[in-house]
Amino acid sequence: MIKNKKPKILVTGAAGALAQQVINRLKDDYQIVAVDFRKHTYISDDIPSYQINFNKRVFEDLFRKYEFDGVIHLGRITSSEETPMRRYNANVLGTQKLLELSHKYNIKRVIVLSTFHVYGANAYNPALIDETAPLKAAELTMDLIDSVELENLANIYLWKYRDLNITILRPCNIVGPGVQNTMSSLLSSKHGPVLAGFSPVMQFIHIDDMADAIVLAYDKNKSGIYNVAPEDWVSYQEALTLSGCSRIPLPSIPPALPKLITKVMGLKIFPLFLINYFKYSVVIDGRSFNQTFGFKVKRPLKEIFAYYREMKNRD
Amino acid sequence: MGLKSYVKGKFVSKDFDAQLKKIQKPVGSLGYDPWGFNAETNRLVLTLYSGVYNKYFRVKTDGIENIPSKGPVLIIANHSGQLPIDGTLIAYALATRDKEPRMPRAMIERFFPTIPFLGNLLNQIGAVLGDPVNCAKMLANDEAVIVFPEGIRGSGKLYKDRYQLQRFGNGFMHLAMKYNATIIPAGVVGCEETIPAIANIKPLAKMLGIPYAPLALPVVLPAKVRLNFGQAMKFDGEDVREEEITRRVEQVKSVISDLIDKGLSDRKRLF
Repeated sequence: MIKNKKPKILVTGAAGALAQQVINRLKDDYQIVAVDFRKHTYISDDIPSYQINFNKRVFEDLFRKYEFDGVIHLGRITSSEETPMRRYNANVLGTQKLLELSHKYNIKRVIVLSTFHVYGANAYNPALIDETAPLKAAELTMDLIDSVELENLANIYLWKYRDLNITILRPCNIVGPGVQNTMSSLLSSKHGPVLAGFSPVMQFIHIDDMADAIVLAYDKNKSGIYNVAPEDWVSYQEALTLSGCSRIPLPSIPPALPKLITKVMGLKIFPLFLINYFKYSVVIDGRSFNQTFGFKVKRPLKEIFAYYREMKNRD
Repeated sequence: MGLKSYVKGKFVSKDFDAQLKKIQKPVGSLGYDPWGFNAETNRLVLTLYSGVYNKYFRVKTDGIENIPSKGPVLIIANHSGQLPIDGTLIAYALATRDKEPRMPRAMIERFFPTIPFLGNLLNQIGAVLGDPVNCAKMLANDEAVIVFPEGIRGSGKLYKDRYQLQRFGNGFMHLAMKYNATIIPAGVVGCEETIPAIANIKPLAKMLGIPYAPLALPVVLPAKVRLNFGQAMKFDGEDVREEEITRRVEQVKSVISDLIDKGLSDRKRLF
């Protein structure tokens, strides 16, 4: 007997560890097509994988060829990887193209991965920021504008084309094996810079839990905007200590001083545009997602930090 | 971490530690809450503060048992004495009461988070940026919150204006009604005498970006402090006109005024 045709999903950002986790969870029930802006990634024989620029016309051919049912948009170029112009083109214009094609080809389900950075790190932030709070990241630094713009675009499409069923996820710091973002690199390193006298409250989610959250969001069709964060908190400096990372305090006042130091020393691990996130807490309220999707993280903070500590002991 | 455990071993007595462990304060798996409260740091600071509370200010409380042990509570008090000493004493009093102690949160000025070390320390012992969203979410989480509705109008006033209640903001009443929180009025007597200020150097305050710069002795005087807590007050009803809210706020204010008068008449001497 011929098996039913599996629904098809386009997953972007396939070179990243998170996308690969998501693909692993979905591949039995869906036919996956993987794409990445940056490089070609081999995943497995039965999963077609492309390196493609979303702004090029050939991108549309993928939509013609595979007739996708859904899109999971995880691909984003981070600030350190490219020039601001290329980043804007990839993240903002690329996303617009992706959403436009999704509409044109009658896609019924779209997940967009955003970030808690969009709320901005501000001294006056209340804790447990919920989804209705204004996105203040752009006023702080030009480097985060593309994150906010990407969100705005997804928001516009969310209301303009209701049949796309867009769900926007704003996770806290995603960390764990294979993750290569700033926070994961800091926890992996032996010495981590801190701003003297500042230890903001942070939230961390294990990559496996985040992949579960994305799959859950895809399967349970509830469009909207959701923060994703466990109901557990720790200060930045304690997170470093628990990860076996010694703290290197940078002078924190006047505020221009640490910025100058990171700039002059070219501290890639402590990027200038994220410096306020190491000063002021950006604590998001993940309860709406947890309740709507029945989500609960499986890996506690202790386990996350133990992974980084053990990784250092192995070296 | 090393310093913390050293100080803890040196100063924390078993009895006091047992008393503090009675406090039921929900925290995450590593002892933190979303506003930066840290159970371990808090225990340590309370221990170090016991000398200040008992020996320096020789605080006497009355009616502390009126504060419910559960559910959302707003402790509304008069504000005085330039530094938020009054808030710390109320917090200590509630955290160390015999029966069902509770760790209240104090709402603090907006410039504290920008001050290195101090801002973090205040967060770790339960102080929270004075933002209405914070207050609302804390009440929704069944916390007890200390609010000074006079704000800097109260703490920054001069010695000549002592014990004269300034204008109260209405925000606390809106929140109390929305979250069905119990209001406990409190009258603080003694903090006015801790840092008597004779003038406010406004240009200096502006230059430093702080709300006021008092001209005062650079010491905190050991005034004897009395904390009088009134009976619980409840206000319900949604969609109440602002006029009625103001009337309710005045009602709370007049109870606080009576509690202050009681404290003043009970007091035999300043120090």
